[in-house]
Amino acid sequence: MARKTVGDDRRPAEPGLSRRSFLQGSALATAGATGLGAASVLIEQAEAAPSTGLPVVGPQPVPITLKINGATRTLQVEPRMTLAEALRGPLSLTGTKIACDRGAFSACTVWLDGVSVASCMLLTVDVGARSVTTIEGLAKDGQLHPIQAAFLEHDALQCGFCTPGMVMSCAALLEHTPHPTAADVRGAISGHVCRCGTYPHVIAATLAAAKPRKA
Amino acid sequence: MTVEADGTSRTERLPFGIGSVGLGEVERQVPFDEPPPLPPNAELAVIGKSIPRHNGRAKVTGTIQYTVDVRLPGMLHGKILRATLPHARIRTIDTSAATRHPGVVAVMLIARPDDPATAVVRYIGSPVAAVAATSPAAAAEASALIRVDYEALPFIVDMDKARDASAPLVYGSAAGPAANAAEVSEIPMLAGLPMNGNVRGPAVERRGDAAQGFAQADVIVEGEYRTQVQTHCCMEPHAVVADWRADGLTMHISTQSTAGVRQELAQTFGIPLHRVRVIVDGVGGGFGSKSSLGNHGRIAVGLSRQAHAPVRIVLDRQEEQMDSGNRPGTWQHLRVGARHEGSLTAISLLSYGTAGITVGAGLGNVSQTLYACPNFDGAQHDVFINAGPGCAMRGPGNTPGAWGLEQTIDELAERLAIDPLALRDRIDLSPTRREERRIGAERFGWGRRRAPGADPGPVKRGLGMAQSLWGANVQTNASCEVRLMRDGWVEVLSSVQDIGTGITTVLAQVVAEVLGLQPEAITVRIGDTEFPAGPPSNGSRTTASITPPARTAAWRVLQTLLRAAAPTLKVSAAELVARDGRIVVRDNPSRGMRFAEAAALLRTDRISEVASRSDDYGGFRQRKGDAAVALEDLGGVQFAEVVVDTETGVIRVERVVAIHDCGRPMNPLHIESQVQGGVLMGISYALFENRILDQNTGRMVNPNLEQYKVVGPHETPTIEVVALENYRGHSATDAYGIAEPANIATAPAIGNAVYNAIGVRLRTLPMTPATVLAALGKIPSGS
Repeated sequence: MARKTVGDDRRPAEPGLSRRSFLQGSALATAGATGLGAASVLIEQAEAAPSTGLPVVGPQPVPITLKINGATRTLQVEPRMTLAEALRGPLSLTGTKIACDRGAFSACTVWLDGVSVASCMLLTVDVGARSVTTIEGLAKDGQLHPIQAAFLEHDALQCGFCTPGMVMSCAALLEHTPHPTAADVRGAISGHVCRCGTYPHVIAATLAAAKPRKA
Repeated sequence: MTVEADGTSRTERLPFGIGSVGLGEVERQVPFDEPPPLPPNAELAVIGKSIPRHNGRAKVTGTIQYTVDVRLPGMLHGKILRATLPHARIRTIDTSAATRHPGVVAVMLIARPDDPATAVVRYIGSPVAAVAATSPAAAAEASALIRVDYEALPFIVDMDKARDASAPLVYGSAAGPAANAAEVSEIPMLAGLPMNGNVRGPAVERRGDAAQGFAQADVIVEGEYRTQVQTHCCMEPHAVVADWRADGLTMHISTQSTAGVRQELAQTFGIPLHRVRVIVDGVGGGFGSKSSLGNHGRIAVGLSRQAHAPVRIVLDRQEEQMDSGNRPGTWQHLRVGARHEGSLTAISLLSYGTAGITVGAGLGNVSQTLYACPNFDGAQHDVFINAGPGCAMRGPGNTPGAWGLEQTIDELAERLAIDPLALRDRIDLSPTRREERRIGAERFGWGRRRAPGADPGPVKRGLGMAQSLWGANVQTNASCEVRLMRDGWVEVLSSVQDIGTGITTVLAQVVAEVLGLQPEAITVRIGDTEFPAGPPSNGSRTTASITPPARTAAWRVLQTLLRAAAPTLKVSAAELVARDGRIVVRDNPSRGMRFAEAAALLRTDRISEVASRSDDYGGFRQRKGDAAVALEDLGGVQFAEVVVDTETGVIRVERVVAIHDCGRPMNPLHIESQVQGGVLMGISYALFENRILDQNTGRMVNPNLEQYKVVGPHETPTIEVVALENYRGHSATDAYGIAEPANIATAPAIGNAVYNAIGVRLRTLPMTPATVLAALGKIPSGS
């Protein structure tokens, strides 16, 4: 949290209500329950922040640097912007889909250092130094990832809206489980919703994609 | 081939019959300018083959553009403020603070306090006002600054209670009961049938004399069946980018009907049809909920007109659940009379259903038409409640209808001590379903089925089956253009849209087959009303409507190409055929040239043909405007195997075998995908999904996908799909749809299998652990 130091009041959301006054207000309200001592500490922290020399962040867009699909991208994001929004907005990587914006569909699945995450549940400023891989970064030099090729061959997609997320989760599965069972695949896509009902073909495709790796 | 004297048609013999039974031919009158009969699939190169999805690469790489991905220069973001009370009159709306928000460009009132027609809101989520702003966040902030002063009115969200004479009225209550009749009479939707309180109807259908039929019955089976409200839950939310300009309107919209939306926009906003352009590429699902413009579409256009800029509106998941349509909830009382030997003597159906504030909660035509029965008596009603409007959803009417009918027939079979398949062989006249039952029974192992509740332990296995009925719909206002460039480039163009069904692939297959090319050589450009108007993708009508004109247009292009190539090959055009990427002499295939070489001989840079859907050869059963229904229905039979844990109440579907008919199967891989999808949506309907409204607040308590449970990979059984090859000789492709029939039979097949497992019949959807335990008497019902 040190990265997001509180204290910049240049553009309050509403007249008379700044982030600092809000913090003070909550701290005083807390004081009623926990005693004045704790509240004083919070107020002191808030007051002291600008003098510490730490960088001040938000609510305006702030500059950050992201490692995405092997490239380094510098951009301005509001601290409240999720990674999914940053990918689809300023980064123009619209292959990542937002279907619910609360982690229930997993259509927004990307990799952070090779681990599948719901990008709608992560603030862009919290990505830090981890490298992001999106659906656009999976095929190399126009060559489909084996999972993508298998999805195509087995028709593991219909409307295609859940597909990028499904592909990312199934590809991640093969990274750490090269020889999965059908149950493994079900587990890997258990957070995904596909309203077209492609699960049988997704399972078949992923098992087929794993086959060539068997020695 | 005989040419008719008037020159408009000729007599042809087309493939006819079911492949697995034996193929014959049927004689039909074929329009003179349409191609010769298409042989059975076994004789074709690409039609009927499992060709990978034409736009599949764009989908697996995330490059296909959905409406939510559209970004236009200067585009603003719209946000709809929605009613927070289920029934209220709006006294005032104060938009001053929203207007002052620095990001706001336009503010629009949808409900107007001074306008009696819009001042009353009737469900939570009903649009009240909207803003357009420079960012989604600014739009959300500004819409939250709009202050609405509501006068709360009595409301009702329970369908059964809404039928009471003393229930609060959804329509007319604002003016008091005395003025009710007058007020109600001004609402066009309510015209045509009696209104009694919140109940509209009955819509009566009669055939023969049901009372006499029941008097003749040896056995009468009856029951009450209930279905929940199901929501569409499209992965891509309803989305639109409206761009209103002085010279016309361009509309990007996630839609099942570009041409239909164009029509609706022209009418709604009073602009000529040719000034409206509707565009869509990827559509992230529709299932019936994206057939019309929608509130969000109308609002985006209004905001764009006001703001002089493109306006984007994308619904969030809560808005999706509350105000993008739903499958109406239903209650039906079904009564079936039969003779000892199985023939039906009478069917009566009484139903009440609710589509919230709108109409359309009937039970389709399964009880009327699935089985031979001389006497039918139907009375169906709509019940209004203060909830978001319903709309069509995958097999509307027939899906809840089959839930009641197919369990009733199962019950009748048991009472008559006749096997359910054998009973259907007696009362179902469809040769298609007869063959489907035969194939399905063999593959499924129907012979393993035992008496109800036969398993001695607490975990009980059951087998069941049910049937599907769906009309073979055709849109006659459906056109397709095929273009050929001198360099050999082939394009097929239509405004038809691909909502995930795979029509893109199938169009490429059809044109490739005619021109002797591979499907990947064909460029498919669809989803744009600048192209010839295509059919809506609803009612399972897309393939039936657009593939015949695609074949006809390609065939006409080919005739021109053959004429261009003939002089060089020194034969007449009639002796040439297109095959394996070449134009060759039919009787001497070694003589010929590559397709592209032939194209280079064209007199002009580009040739083009537009063809439209002709009437079915042999005629239609019925037609109304552009919508027609083929002579024969689409058949489907599904078998389900379930395991019921009688201690926990959990039902697990282990296996489904689905046998379906869509005329000529165009792409077995796509058909398998769609049928699996229909079965899974049916399992979800049978076991999980349920829109729950709080009786005290009128609010949906599960407007998300965490508490609104849909089927997931862990509940996905083995699903085996068989597509009949069923030729009827009705068009240039003889292909029909599959999406909806695949959904209709699943829930009752599971219901019958559950009965076979536990010996107790569940008549209410969804069949949750609580309903199972209550049916078994292990917990009080309603808990």
